[in-house]
Amino acid sequence: MKVLVPVKRVVDYNVKIRVKADGSGVETANVKMSMNPFDEIAVEEAVRLKEAGKATEVIVVTVGPTAAQETLRTALAMGADRGILVQTDAETQPLAVAKVLKALVDKEGPTLVILGKQAIDDDCNQTGQMLAALLGWPQGTFASKVVAGDGAVTVTREIDGGLETVELTLPAVVTADLRLNEPRYASLPNIMKAKKKPIETLAPDALGVDVAPRLTTLKVAEPPKRKAGVKVADVAALVDKLKNEARVI
Amino acid sequence: MAILVIAEHDNAALKPATLNAVTAAAKIGGDVHVLVAGQGAQAVADAASKIAGVAKVLLADDAAYAHPLPENVSPLVVGLAKGYGHVLAAASSEGKNLLPRVAALLDVAAISDITGVVSADTFERPIYAGNAIATVKSADPIKVVTVRTTAFEAAAATGGSATVESVAGTGAAGTAKFVGQELTKSERPELTQAKIVVSGGRGMQSGDNFKLLEALADKLGAAVGASRAAVDAGFVPNDYQVGQTGKIVAPELYIAVGISGAIQHLAGMKDSKVIVAINKDEEAPIFQVADYGLVADLFKAVPELTAELDKA
Repeated sequence: MKVLVPVKRVVDYNVKIRVKADGSGVETANVKMSMNPFDEIAVEEAVRLKEAGKATEVIVVTVGPTAAQETLRTALAMGADRGILVQTDAETQPLAVAKVLKALVDKEGPTLVILGKQAIDDDCNQTGQMLAALLGWPQGTFASKVVAGDGAVTVTREIDGGLETVELTLPAVVTADLRLNEPRYASLPNIMKAKKKPIETLAPDALGVDVAPRLTTLKVAEPPKRKAGVKVADVAALVDKLKNEARVI
Repeated sequence: MAILVIAEHDNAALKPATLNAVTAAAKIGGDVHVLVAGQGAQAVADAASKIAGVAKVLLADDAAYAHPLPENVSPLVVGLAKGYGHVLAAASSEGKNLLPRVAALLDVAAISDITGVVSADTFERPIYAGNAIATVKSADPIKVVTVRTTAFEAAAATGGSATVESVAGTGAAGTAKFVGQELTKSERPELTQAKIVVSGGRGMQSGDNFKLLEALADKLGAAVGASRAAVDAGFVPNDYQVGQTGKIVAPELYIAVGISGAIQHLAGMKDSKVIVAINKDEEAPIFQVADYGLVADLFKAVPELTAELDKA
């Protein structure tokens, strides 16, 4: 079976982001960009399925600017076979991305789509669920374990109270949570090899998808800052503060 | 236009997160209706009908809804949604699983994890792990919204007298099957609902050492949480994790023990009313958000704190 893995280029998780002075968004110029960490986990899972002989091909796809090719190369260096860049400089919102992905699924015919559960920039946590909806496929979101069988995949999901296991008829969509696996680092030889792997570039129009945003961002602001607190000398002083000043115990 | 709130429940009892979603609905303005999709969930519908401010409860009782599988529940919500201006649910693992699916089927955007209602079509939501707050406006005819429960007070669970109306189920999609669940058993309050949370990080050094925090938590009637580092190290189960991609909490008192304070962790707790940090590293970033910081060896300070509370 073919596995499709959508990935997103985001501001690196170690970067302390800055809100633009004019409130139009977050500064992304001259900021380190990386693959969304949850998407790395998704790529790793797909590559492991291939190494286990369950997947025949791993296709990675991204929707974004030309620079997002780097993110595809990272995924190819981890072991994906080929990449597709759906090139757009427009703001990509989850519904539009899900529509692009649906068009690609129709074109490529994968049996399984594995995505990260959420991107760490917009924190939406929507694209996988939306893609499953548009395809009419079942969804195994927030996966901490994926067992692919014949005609079905069993997914253990992280839910608020613990874990839930569902069995989904293939084809299906799975979204990766943190504990699904530990993504590998690409080795230098694999990074070199990845440079030769094919990347196809498409325009959203060519897929017949309108990627115009549905939500307008009116402003982006910094959250209220917490006031600097105080250091207390010892446990007795702490208890005193909590009882008599903060009055929370 | 009325607002449809999707109730979260286990067929026996209504989960408190629903009450916060009802408050967000009330802020948007309009009649608030609550959908209970379940099996044998009459008691849940009755409880929902008593929530202050709820005008009507829709009960879809069907074997297909015994578990909240989004494949089965989404067609039901989509069918009902056409009569509403908004569909809301708590931004819990259940709400986040269901509502984007509903939105896509309606061909509308979903608005995740709102922390503020500016107007009926404009909402505030955190992005970049809460390091920025975006104000977004939706042009879609139906707004599909998940609500960050810590940002809205719970509606009163009693005082209402809504009518309960049965609605027909839409059956099972047949593509997803519930196999089982393993819920973490605890006598302590639920992490996202607790008034006090005691969390441990990498500094705890082992799962066994979490007993120190449990003793303190029991003294305070608190829930126990953890940082990602502590969960990754296997000290505690995954559902203890507080942070950007774990649980979001905003208790009256949050006690961070042996937690350095990565931005991803702060994203999950910085709206707590009072934050206490106990860490032996005085440079730890957690002290920058803590109201009260104690630079100390946690293995001494935590038992001392527990003992000190005993005295009172």
